[in-house]
Amino acid sequence: MKKDIILSGVGGQGIISIAAIIGSAALAENLNIKQSEVHGMSQRGGAVMSNLRISDKPIASDLIPLGKADVIISVEPLESLRYLPYLSKEGWLITNLETFENIPDYPDIETLISSIKEIKHHVILNATKIAKEIKAKRSMNTVMLGAALPFLGLKQESFEAGIKAIFGGKGEQIVNQNLTALKAGLEEAKKFM
Amino acid sequence: MQKLLLLGDEAIAQGALDGGMSGIYAYPGTPSTEITEYVQNNKYAIEKNIHRDWSANEKTAVEAAIGMSYAGKRAMACMKHVGLNVAADAFVNSSITGANGGLVITVADDPSMHSSQNEQDSRALGAFAQIPMLEPCNQQEAYDMAYKSFQLSEKFGLPVLMRIVTRLAHSRAGVERKEKLAENGVRLPSDPRQFVLLPSIAKKNYKRLLSMHDILIEESENSEFNKYIDGDNKKYGIIASGVAFNYLIENFDDGKVPYPVLKIGQYPLPKKYIQKLYDECDEIIILEEGYPVIEDMLVGLLGDGRVHGRRDGTIPRDGELNPNIVSKALGLEQQELYKIPDNLSIRPPQFCDGCGHIDMYNALNEAMKDYGTGRVLSDIGCYTMGALPPFNAINSCVDMGASITMAKGAADAGLVPAVAVIGDSTFTHSGMTGLLDAVMENTPIVVCIADNSFTAMTGGQKSHAENRLDNIVKGLGVEPEHIRVVVPLKKNHDEMVNVLKEELEYKGVSVVIFRRVCVTHYASMVKKRKAQENK
Repeated sequence: MKKDIILSGVGGQGIISIAAIIGSAALAENLNIKQSEVHGMSQRGGAVMSNLRISDKPIASDLIPLGKADVIISVEPLESLRYLPYLSKEGWLITNLETFENIPDYPDIETLISSIKEIKHHVILNATKIAKEIKAKRSMNTVMLGAALPFLGLKQESFEAGIKAIFGGKGEQIVNQNLTALKAGLEEAKKFM
Repeated sequence: MQKLLLLGDEAIAQGALDGGMSGIYAYPGTPSTEITEYVQNNKYAIEKNIHRDWSANEKTAVEAAIGMSYAGKRAMACMKHVGLNVAADAFVNSSITGANGGLVITVADDPSMHSSQNEQDSRALGAFAQIPMLEPCNQQEAYDMAYKSFQLSEKFGLPVLMRIVTRLAHSRAGVERKEKLAENGVRLPSDPRQFVLLPSIAKKNYKRLLSMHDILIEESENSEFNKYIDGDNKKYGIIASGVAFNYLIENFDDGKVPYPVLKIGQYPLPKKYIQKLYDECDEIIILEEGYPVIEDMLVGLLGDGRVHGRRDGTIPRDGELNPNIVSKALGLEQQELYKIPDNLSIRPPQFCDGCGHIDMYNALNEAMKDYGTGRVLSDIGCYTMGALPPFNAINSCVDMGASITMAKGAADAGLVPAVAVIGDSTFTHSGMTGLLDAVMENTPIVVCIADNSFTAMTGGQKSHAENRLDNIVKGLGVEPEHIRVVVPLKKNHDEMVNVLKEELEYKGVSVVIFRRVCVTHYASMVKKRKAQENK
């Protein structure tokens, strides 16, 4: 078992929380993990990405080689396209549709969507909107994780345990919101499979 | 024991704590910051009162670590690569004093300049100081090396340089711990003059350091961190140091490289193994993160054409390595890739919403209109983003503290008025002495101190300037009527512009303090302090 995952978004959107849940789920299944993060300057409203690698064998490189990523999970549509060379031709691009526009030359959303649709395997969803609809406004990242769930090779229970481990300190309500968010994302993914 | 999921930085901190460290000294700097932060938040370190407060700069940090080593205890100083330049005087001379208690200098290099102004390779400075060096390839080795580094230092009575790079510093993996070692007690050096570098003593100490050369090579040849892994195909012999070893392994199924590989983790280089590789293989390929340090040692000025690396274009001359660069260097098959759409808009970092620096730069730009562009020298921190559109407000960023001294030099050259923009933490790091130079000559400069009460760029660490800034400036001799304090808010725009205009007219040293707490780190500070009060 080996999955290479790229997480992308804008500094401050909290992609690391997705990495933390996947990491926790992988640990629950006794897998090896490597997860690289972006610190420092680019954290402030700039493009950020994280490499997450899970495997039942030892993992050598902290960086995923080009063309080897099984999944790109992006919480922002423009950022979903920035790391395409990493994606395997058989890999899945999973992206949020809600834009984060903090630059003057933000591209037309229709252009972005057509570029995303050129990728053989993709899932597009508005996770921000879905999170609001299920009254879990701050769990957009977990909706995205749910949408990626079928492609990560880990058990759904492991993710649920991961959510409980990570959000447990914040109370039952937050845990339940995130569990609902995970399922809502998963339902969206099914539409593309 | 269960594995801990740790960043490379955190693995070093945990390794140092388990290895009997009594104190860590550091100034924040990406990608090294999390080493010290881990110790600051570690329950054991708090209970045992392991020294873990921030230092004013990297030089004071290394000096304090030397002091702790002098007193017999194990100490580590941490910094980013350019911080080692600040600390170079103390660092290089610590190789002449030698260590008493284990002394380790950990430096995080930033190849590809993710958050830095250059990509200098600390191994070059380690070789310059002629001390043993460690370079981990992964988180486990980072832990193991930090754990053993103090023993290595005490065995030879020398400081040890531990070199990591961004990718290891900021990547997480499982780490297995070792048995915790006890701290040393206070124990003065057996020679009371060991640390007195008077020429007569320094000459003796230096001869001792030189005499260690061959012994240290032998130590490297026996080190568990240097491995000769044989391979059947002798077409290539590969030398891979630090994380470059991982990128090599990544390219072969099950990590089995068909060529002989020498994995380097400890310096000086293990000569015996390098000789063996050179004698047995047709071509030598060197994979190293950073400068061609190993390559230059092998090739010298002329070389014989058999050694390949960054010098001959087998590997790009600059930037960090990755598995694909290594794959190309070895002539492996390349696969077809998805392409990034043309002209994808870039998204550079920017000021947080509501940041006081925005209001400061809006005022400064207006006040400078009458004088023209090109007069604002700045420094290193979040406010360096004032160089980017829409502000285009600053004209330099060189090294910590250089804003004030460059403004002075520019004013000396006739560029009057010249302006410096510096943050509060950068000011106490290296700006104070430069301001003293300007005061001594009453140079016509305006020093804008962006005081947000944090070392913000690196994650909101405590600033040494907090509640002290005005008195420091006064104490350095700036005339009290030319120390002005403003609050960078939109509603105060006109006031800020007027204050700046008045001080730009003054033919002497002015300091304008733009004081408003960092919007991003304020909330976390309040939360933290409340939690402490509740305890």
